[in-house]
Amino acid sequence: MNPLRDLLSTRPDGGALQDLLNRRLFLGRGASALGSAALAGLLGREASAADPIGEGPGLPGFPNHPAKAKRVIYLFQSGAPSQMDLFDPKPQMEAQRGKDLPESIRQGQRLTTMTSGQKSFPIAPSLFKFAQHGESGASISDLLPHLSSVADDLCFIRSMHTEAINHDPAITFCQTGHQLAGRPSIGAWLSYGLGTDNADLPAYVVLTSFGTGRRDDQPLYDRLWSSGFLPTQHQGVKFRNIGDPVLYLSDPAGMSRGMRRSMLDELAVLNQRDLKVFGDPEIDARISQYEMAFRMQSSVPDLTDLSGESEATLTMYGPEVKTPGTYAANCLLARRLAERDVRCIQLFHMGWDHHGGLPNAIKGQCRDIDQPTAALIADLKQRGLLEDTLIVWGGEFGRTIYSQGALTETNYGRDHHPRCFTVFLAGAGIKPGMTLGETDDYCYNIVSDPVHVHDLNATILHLLGVDHRKLTYRFQGRDFRLTDIHGELVKKILA
Amino acid sequence: MAKEKLRFNRDIRPILSDACFHCHGPDEKERKGGLRLDLAEKAFLPGKSGLIPITPGKPDESEMLVRIFLESEDSDFMPPPESGKSLTPAQRDTLSRWIEEGAEYEGHWAFENPERPVLPVGKEKLHPVDAFLTNRLQQEGLAMQPEADRETLLRRVSLDLTGLPPTLAELDAFLADDSATAYEKVVDRLLASPHYGERMAMDWLDFARYADSNGFQVDDSRQMWPWRDWLIGAYNRNLSFDRFTIEQLAGDLLPSPTRDQIVATGFNRNHRLNGEGGRIEAEWFVETVIDRVETTGTTWMALTMNCARCHDHKYDPISQKEFYGMFAYFNSIEESGVLGIQGATRNTPPLLHLPTEKDSAELARLDGAIVAAEASVRAASGEMAGALARWEGDLRNRLAVGAGAAAASAWVATSGESAKSLGGASLTRQADGSWLAGGKNPNNDTYEITFPAEPGKIGGILLEVFPDASLPGKSLGRGSNGNFVMTGVELSLRGPGGKEQPIALVSAAADYEQTGYGVAAILENAKAPGAKVAKGWAIEGNSPDKKLPRRAMFLAAAPVTVPAGAVIAVRLRHQSNFADHNAGRFRISTTAHEPALVKLDGGFGLPANLVAILTNEPATRTAADRKALDTWFRANVDHPVKRSAATLAAAKKQRADFEQSLPSVMVMKEKPVAREAFVLNRGEYDRPADPVVRHLPAALPPLPEGAPQNRLGLAQWLVSGDHPLTARVWVNREWERLFGTGIVKTSENFGSQAEWPVHPELLDWLAVEFVSPTLLPAVNGKPAQAWDMKAMIKFLVMSNAYRQSSKVTPELVERDPENRLLARGPRFRLRGELVRDQALAVSGLMAPKVGGPSVRPYMPEGVWDETSRYGDLRNYRADAGDGLYRRSFYTVWKRTGAPPTMLLFDAPNRETCTPKRSRTNTPLQALALMNEVTFVEASRALAERMMREGGKTPEERLTTGYRLATSRRPDAETLLFLRDGFGSRLAEFQSQLDAAKALISQGASKPDPALDPSELAAYTVSANILLNLDRVISRD
Repeated sequence: MNPLRDLLSTRPDGGALQDLLNRRLFLGRGASALGSAALAGLLGREASAADPIGEGPGLPGFPNHPAKAKRVIYLFQSGAPSQMDLFDPKPQMEAQRGKDLPESIRQGQRLTTMTSGQKSFPIAPSLFKFAQHGESGASISDLLPHLSSVADDLCFIRSMHTEAINHDPAITFCQTGHQLAGRPSIGAWLSYGLGTDNADLPAYVVLTSFGTGRRDDQPLYDRLWSSGFLPTQHQGVKFRNIGDPVLYLSDPAGMSRGMRRSMLDELAVLNQRDLKVFGDPEIDARISQYEMAFRMQSSVPDLTDLSGESEATLTMYGPEVKTPGTYAANCLLARRLAERDVRCIQLFHMGWDHHGGLPNAIKGQCRDIDQPTAALIADLKQRGLLEDTLIVWGGEFGRTIYSQGALTETNYGRDHHPRCFTVFLAGAGIKPGMTLGETDDYCYNIVSDPVHVHDLNATILHLLGVDHRKLTYRFQGRDFRLTDIHGELVKKILA
Repeated sequence: MAKEKLRFNRDIRPILSDACFHCHGPDEKERKGGLRLDLAEKAFLPGKSGLIPITPGKPDESEMLVRIFLESEDSDFMPPPESGKSLTPAQRDTLSRWIEEGAEYEGHWAFENPERPVLPVGKEKLHPVDAFLTNRLQQEGLAMQPEADRETLLRRVSLDLTGLPPTLAELDAFLADDSATAYEKVVDRLLASPHYGERMAMDWLDFARYADSNGFQVDDSRQMWPWRDWLIGAYNRNLSFDRFTIEQLAGDLLPSPTRDQIVATGFNRNHRLNGEGGRIEAEWFVETVIDRVETTGTTWMALTMNCARCHDHKYDPISQKEFYGMFAYFNSIEESGVLGIQGATRNTPPLLHLPTEKDSAELARLDGAIVAAEASVRAASGEMAGALARWEGDLRNRLAVGAGAAAASAWVATSGESAKSLGGASLTRQADGSWLAGGKNPNNDTYEITFPAEPGKIGGILLEVFPDASLPGKSLGRGSNGNFVMTGVELSLRGPGGKEQPIALVSAAADYEQTGYGVAAILENAKAPGAKVAKGWAIEGNSPDKKLPRRAMFLAAAPVTVPAGAVIAVRLRHQSNFADHNAGRFRISTTAHEPALVKLDGGFGLPANLVAILTNEPATRTAADRKALDTWFRANVDHPVKRSAATLAAAKKQRADFEQSLPSVMVMKEKPVAREAFVLNRGEYDRPADPVVRHLPAALPPLPEGAPQNRLGLAQWLVSGDHPLTARVWVNREWERLFGTGIVKTSENFGSQAEWPVHPELLDWLAVEFVSPTLLPAVNGKPAQAWDMKAMIKFLVMSNAYRQSSKVTPELVERDPENRLLARGPRFRLRGELVRDQALAVSGLMAPKVGGPSVRPYMPEGVWDETSRYGDLRNYRADAGDGLYRRSFYTVWKRTGAPPTMLLFDAPNRETCTPKRSRTNTPLQALALMNEVTFVEASRALAERMMREGGKTPEERLTTGYRLATSRRPDAETLLFLRDGFGSRLAEFQSQLDAAKALISQGASKPDPALDPSELAAYTVSANILLNLDRVISRD
């Protein structure tokens, strides 16, 4: 994690010394007794000597250009929401109900083994009504009345596509630009590149919630917010829904704050004495980290304490806002994190994997997210935070137009579909009230303006002032980046 | 230094590799302008432009130089800005000077076999490590520090070799031993400790991507701890590194491998396995194999093989074809490549079961049962002729009797019977022998009919149901609509002794079945007796045209012998959800015949052609006739071989079931014939291109002579002694572990992008010495062998370089900030596992058991459950007792929800091979050390030790605590601080007894009731300070 700046680690690869060297902040207080070259070397060796509470510049030269967004709130919808039931209406499919998906559309593309054995692929038109909303006339399903009310703030991309066809590799791909485990997540990259603007909170915070549409679905993995090969302090700090929001935040029973303070004072004195003996700047860093820990013991409870929120605000986010661990509660928390300048705030809402019983399940999911998402956007807007906060909403892939399992008048399921899906963005640097891209009649293939996950990630980084080609890290001899060797800016959605 | 001639490997390759090789290196497809700069013979030839990139001695005639010195706006400027690469002015000058000096190329140092360098002149008598290091230090005008004080040294070497701090007794013994060999004795003692194997194993687990879960979406449990036990044991018995390598990579392919050698191969089964619904097997098979190639390449060679998955390697001489040549060594395991759990341990085959001695005895017993059953099959086959003859005789008699008589029906009506309704209905015998139900009609009635049996055999029963005028709708059932649903038919035999013996009814047929309500449901229900059942046999008695007599038969597998004086009982159950649906009028008959010979209508079940054969005189039968009879007999009639075969099948199943219940470990098992392998276009599983066979990268040595072209050969190749990487990589990692940074800093990568070694001669000397020892010391009297890990470790820790003090002056930090020259001892934070292990050890809480299944210490609530409702790794419950206090690397490891404290201390999540950890210093670590229950409980336990073992006064007790935690005595001023802090906290706790009691009650172990709670609480906070000291979580 990175409440401080990250100067604190051994680089898994010696080659990255240079960027550490350039972290000028380091030459502040830690450097007092030692020359700068020496310190730089120590950084390369094991780090540290961090000082740096309070400031947190990122890599030298970052941001690469003036940032439109100071922070991003990424509302990840895990399990993959059905695009044709929410944002990409295909009324013409009604006439095709129950007919087999034409081979001219499928074109032999691969299917998951959950449906590849099906004898037929019956077209399942959405059961939900769509209407156009706002001046932009965005088509949004009736399942999402609140979101419809902020339609003019939203920018839809109906032409997203990805490579993986199963959840684990697909969500890993969205988060890290690679289907297999081991690479840093987008939030870790941002923490590494841009540092933090709040010394008392982590740069990358993750909030999770279960959905009511499908209660057991889909699991999340530590890797999704992991720092991969980046130094460990860049890993996302997942706030917990049970107990302390941050692990081990509370002092044990019987330990008063006053006693903790005096205990830390004594610890600091003893560590200072050892610093004199050993001359190891790492000790100085450690003292600072304990101070930071002490401050987090106040800053985090302050963050999660909603007693100062007005009734009007709470009402806005809906009835579940006071239940910790719900998507609604997390949306409000996201706003509070944004106010505190946390760089990357990521929500993961589970429950979107509707292989069967979709019409019922998706209602539950939409109930979960509709009002809180709309409230978050409106709330940020009314506080002037939407100007420099980027919102992203979306899942790891789309779903098939054909029904998985039996199609009936009132029921159908949909399998995974990586070839097209819809996400929306809002806020800093985004052209509001527009829709990019088009899919074919069957919502199966992209007809215009395809946007790959790498393109979306490149664009998110761009809005935060980062050239995705420049944010690299050398690991095992190779310079890695979030977008691998791909990624094109989606210029059409930029304001 | 400035005048020293430049060397390609040290000075030039790093620049070219980083800035140029991407487009002008080994990757043919990416190569621009036909120019290749990694090989002299290419770089000195004209490129596509016709210009010569490098002309030795002539910078002005070297196009490469011309271009790198152009203005950056120039279109020919190199490297091009869009590449993201750039050269500093100093690097440009270096390249220029190198060409001026003659542009001498060298092969990449790590790919050239190391040769033993001579020791520096005049330093031959020194420890070779010190000889090389001091030689360099002298050139730099530096010198090593004096030896660290004895306490520090003992703590350092104890933590490095066993991961545990010294006990006070060990400390006192070492301080009291003033013999010249005191330190060496300690080293030998530590290397003989079972905790040495644990310390070594915990590093290897990161390479092996060891976990207790399968990874991916579901991430449920697996059991690989037997492999971990093998690993600990292998280190402890000092298995040489060549054997260590061969057994883990290919133990299964050794001649007559031992159980241990097969367990060792679990190394390459520790990868993740995808169990997601909808996964495409072919895709994940490829990923599984590639994981092995990558892990093996990283672990033994520090090469990034995976970079050549989609295209030729950008930096190193590994082509895409060679990558798939390596792939072909690992793709022929008996596996699907995806999750397929089996047995109690939920492992995915191939498996090796690991019976205990008792289990082995049971297996032997079960094997014996199989052998006996096989013998009885053989014996029974000798009885077949007689059995067939008897059967024929019986049948001929029956055919003769039945030739013209209706009495030949297989079904014989019962007589002398009685019937009752358990639900209270009346059952009245009718003239035709049927029973008519009347009176009360309970929702779910059961009829029980008993009758004396004729001695002989019984093979099944016939149930006839009739319409009756007294029944609703004059139909067959008592349901208000005239229907019935019969859910159970049971047959049993009560011998003269009174014991009831059920006869399983295994087949059934009826002349009419309502849709969805066939007699099969009755057989199905019998498999789950007592269950509330819904389905049964019904006859649509509600339909006007279906009110006809119906019959159903229920047959045993074979006729059962009926002794004289036995009673037969039949139960007819009606337990459906349809109330009142009880049968109305019914009759029971029995048969003595083979099931195969019985038909529903009482007719003879034998096919007509066989009847004809049977009717003929036996003497007149042809061979074909006899064969036809024999075949039908064997297939359809109960006979001795059939019975024995059933026994044999049961015995085999019992053994298989038992084996499945045993602990197992996932291992390598080679297919008899290798799978085909292909180059995969862009690395994609569904785009195979040219087939490839197993082969090794041409830039590395060939397979040793006589080695097989398989995994075993590959393993032998790695440890042949001629491989340039294996020994260097291992020695460098050990150096990194003991000295903080490798001689090659990029210990994870020895390819072209590797750092030039800071002490190349020392690295090579150590690598050669590891393979062919000349000076490696004996350990505990055992002379060093080739690839001797313990001897090499002892050798390193015996050096002055290792033993020197780690205190550092600002001047020295200035001169050598990273301590690459070792003018001081290494100092760094302990590995995450050790931070916790140490707290458990110094507090006395640690359960020292070595090996065994993973354990579940405290974990905050919900760590697993907040993000997953999949798989069996949910609802975490901490162990009671020892499981809370075992060494950290035994903690159960779920890849998608790894132990949170370990993650905070830089542990990887173990999803892939991780060759190096970060070493960070964060506030979350501080919170864990202050507040995680283990550390709070350990603080209290340490406080108890201070009070019980530490003397009487606070000063004595705090000194003891300080000593336990740091191995040293506090100086006077430190003690004063500790004493002051303790004093004020004692006062506070004395005024707040509840707080004191709360603080000392953390964790599962109970505070010593003999100790004053306020005092104990005050010492607990002091102990918490000690356990948080930088010098405690670091090793000086």
